Amino acid sequence: MLRNSSKSYGWISIVIHWFMAIAIFFMFGLGLYMVELTYYDAWYKGSLDLHKSLGLVLLGFLIFRVFWRVINTQPTALAGPKWQQVMAHGMHHSLYLVMLLLLVSGYLISTADGRAIVVFDLLNIPALPWHIENQEDIAGEIHAILSWLLMALSAVHALAALKHHFINKDRTLKRMLKVDNAN
Amino acid sequence: MKNFLLASTLTAATLFSGFTYAADYNIDREGTHASIIFKIKHLGYSWLTGRFNDFDGKFSYDQETADASKINVVIQTASLDSNHAERDKHLKGEEFLDVSKYPTSTFTSTKYTAIDEDSGTLTGEFTLHGVTKTISFPIEKIGEGTDPWGGYRAGFSGKTTLKLTDYGIDYDLGPASTHVELELYIEGIRQ
Repeated sequence: MLRNSSKSYGWISIVIHWFMAIAIFFMFGLGLYMVELTYYDAWYKGSLDLHKSLGLVLLGFLIFRVFWRVINTQPTALAGPKWQQVMAHGMHHSLYLVMLLLLVSGYLISTADGRAIVVFDLLNIPALPWHIENQEDIAGEIHAILSWLLMALSAVHALAALKHHFINKDRTLKRMLKVDNAN
Repeated sequence: MKNFLLASTLTAATLFSGFTYAADYNIDREGTHASIIFKIKHLGYSWLTGRFNDFDGKFSYDQETADASKINVVIQTASLDSNHAERDKHLKGEEFLDVSKYPTSTFTSTKYTAIDEDSGTLTGEFTLHGVTKTISFPIEKIGEGTDPWGGYRAGFSGKTTLKLTDYGIDYDLGPASTHVELELYIEGIRQ
């Protein structure tokens, strides 16, 4: 139930998938919103603190997710053209990579001066011991570009899942919604 | 003969150069005996200070002919440092200095009026955020003389206040934070 099987994803994979999906969309909106706030907006500081904290929580989830994927079996690919399976896997790997780079680039903005990031007032994540010149600017550019890229990739990923659900009427989407070992 | 020609040319150049006896100095960038500091009120409750880490310049100065003094300074705006990366990113961004569009800020003096031996008023063209304005501000000479390593140095300080909107920076930092103070501490090595 918790672990994946060859038929279906387990609850841990499912919960992480949807938690991260929702959190990432929220973060995208929050990111677009907070950069428009001006100095005298009450949420000028709070929005950034939340964005940084949640970003590092997501990084923790992503690391665990990859680890969980490695130590688990993956459900066998559903019947379909080979190219679709290759595309789907390529998309999954791209999503992992872009999520990782996006989260790391965000971390590199806030820690560019050696300052730690405080996660929800509970935990200090220290900066790396080295940094590059104008790191906050370079990482910021990358962060902005990757955030849009991740949205684009997620949209394609979601459309593909919906296509499988409504057009092919297969179990692609259902496998990620609940554990089902019966079929 | 060759030497005589050279000497004549140099004499002529000196005579017609406008600032006959002024010595030329380079800002001691290597030893970093110079700094450009900015100060702006934070909410009206305190001062926030920062600096530009990368700038260079030259000046000509001689106490005997102080009114002929000249200075030219070029600041790399991307070197802004307020000891907080997130704030630096914001200040270097489009809402403030927009350093990718305006990578340098320059000051070129047009006039120096000595008040006494150690002070005077400097006037010149200051460019920031793509806007050039003529500004005047008081300058103080801190001292000059030989250094222990065989060189000759002179040092000055100056202070001026800029209104941010004069330079097209109209981000609302609050009513107490419309002006920024610039402090210059310059030490030059005579060439």
